[in-house]
Amino acid sequence: MRIDKDLVAASATPLVLGILADGESYGYAILKRVDELSGGRMQWTDGMLYPLLHRLERLGFVEASWGTSDVGRRRKHYAITPAGREALVERQAQWDVVAHALHQVWRTAQDGLLTPPRVAEGWA
Amino acid sequence: MGAATAPTDGASPGPHAALEAQIDQWRGYVRRREAISASDVDEMEDHLRERVEDLRATGLDDDEAFLVAVKRMGTLDDLSREFAQEHSERLWKQLVLVGEQPGRTRSWRELAVVLGLAVAAGVAVKVATAVLDEMTVALNVGLLVLPFLTAYLAWKRQVTARIVGALAVPFVVLGVVLNVYPFEPTGSTLVLAALAAPVTLWAVVGLAYVGGRWRSDARRMDFARFTGELAVYYTLLALGGGVLLGLTAGVFSLADVDLEPYLEDWILPLCVPAALIVAAWLVEAKQNVVENIAPVLTRVFTPLTLVMLLAVFVVLATAGNLAAVDRELLILMDAILVLVLCLLLYSVSARDPLAPRSFFDGLQVVLVVAALAVDAVALTAMLTRIAEFGVSPNKAAALGLNLLLLVHLVWSAVLATAFLRGRRPFADLVAWQTRFLPVYAAWAAIVAVVFPPVFGFV
Repeated sequence: MRIDKDLVAASATPLVLGILADGESYGYAILKRVDELSGGRMQWTDGMLYPLLHRLERLGFVEASWGTSDVGRRRKHYAITPAGREALVERQAQWDVVAHALHQVWRTAQDGLLTPPRVAEGWA
Repeated sequence: MGAATAPTDGASPGPHAALEAQIDQWRGYVRRREAISASDVDEMEDHLRERVEDLRATGLDDDEAFLVAVKRMGTLDDLSREFAQEHSERLWKQLVLVGEQPGRTRSWRELAVVLGLAVAAGVAVKVATAVLDEMTVALNVGLLVLPFLTAYLAWKRQVTARIVGALAVPFVVLGVVLNVYPFEPTGSTLVLAALAAPVTLWAVVGLAYVGGRWRSDARRMDFARFTGELAVYYTLLALGGGVLLGLTAGVFSLADVDLEPYLEDWILPLCVPAALIVAAWLVEAKQNVVENIAPVLTRVFTPLTLVMLLAVFVVLATAGNLAAVDRELLILMDAILVLVLCLLLYSVSARDPLAPRSFFDGLQVVLVVAALAVDAVALTAMLTRIAEFGVSPNKAAALGLNLLLLVHLVWSAVLATAFLRGRRPFADLVAWQTRFLPVYAAWAAIVAVVFPPVFGFV
């Protein structure tokens, strides 16, 4: 199953912030974590993660620092800031609302599938 | 994490020499994109290498792993567009040349448009000086020159008809209002209107510059940069023109030909306005003069201005009865605050928003606070003076400007301090700088349009 592009874009910020809330990380590891979490079903274009991380940095949600990897390459690490945690909490609340609404609408839709539509009675 | 497979050190030539060459080549391609900086390429290269290692661990060979990793990275066009949206300041250096390489005809057409508008601006001023008196020309100078600059920018941005309308209205309204008002010939409202009108119209130029998207912080900051660059280019053109004219006049005088009458009657009225349009075109074509000079100038003048402010503070504080201080004080204070604001604005515009906090950022806060302290002293003096002698148009205009500058600087100081203490990102300070700019244009419009009738055109 391919996830719709807009949906991936909309969920990218809370997903990245959520992953960073677990502890400092870097680009590739964040992508691998997304892969794990979604069972490989959320495929990002790898490069697009970096402009997103830079935007989060500009907004003050994450802080970046250069370090070195195990093999001695330069590597940029990202850590969430208190402002980032606040933003995450807010996004979480927003997604809860969306998820709740979707859940309800699907339940009524499912009921509709089981019983004949009410409109039909009126026409009879 | 990525160390599960055999490490490939970037520098060592070995079994993976071909892969290294491919990665090098990829770096080269990415690096050529203006919007992607060297450190971004480092960051993505680290990513690419890890991806390659993981893919090789699944059994792919170097070539296959590299191809898949690059493919997963995304196309360069998409990537550089995303980076450009996030880091628009990087594009500033070569904004115009991007995507216009094939359009050579357009650049020739642009030159023709620029020269046409430059000549038109010159002729407009020349005709005005020939048929109108000096004060009327001074009152209308913005209306004579800036429509041509606006027209160039509107043409360049290919704005919609609605925006053309929005650009034309202020020119027409100010043109009618200023010339219908029955000003006293030597009145101060006349002088104030002549000073305020170009400031108002400059906002219209800005509207054309941003192609109507004045709500965008980034575009407004671009216009602030444009204004700074324009000042630099215009000064350079004026200096060069001055040297040329001086040399010509020198040679002419040896041959007993006096250049001076032509200079005053023809050369200056035609060339001074025309140079403004040409300078704007130069900024559009190559926009990185202030980019390079602004950080240097602000670094030199921030400490010097701080010293000046301290000296002014000491003099003001020991001057005794400040109510007796010359009435020019308020205007001078405005000039000082404008200077501090320009230092702040241009250092903010040129600063990498992601750079770590430095000593200089602290110095800047000290500068703003010192300016506020000096202003507080001067403002108290002026308020007592106004309470004693009443309000005049000059005082009201200067006081209004002073209050605007005060609000602008106080909040700048708050935001800069919060940034220094790690409470707020630098972007907040940048956004505040540009969000406040339209307020000055609004105040200038009030001074030009509302003040004269309120103060009886004196």
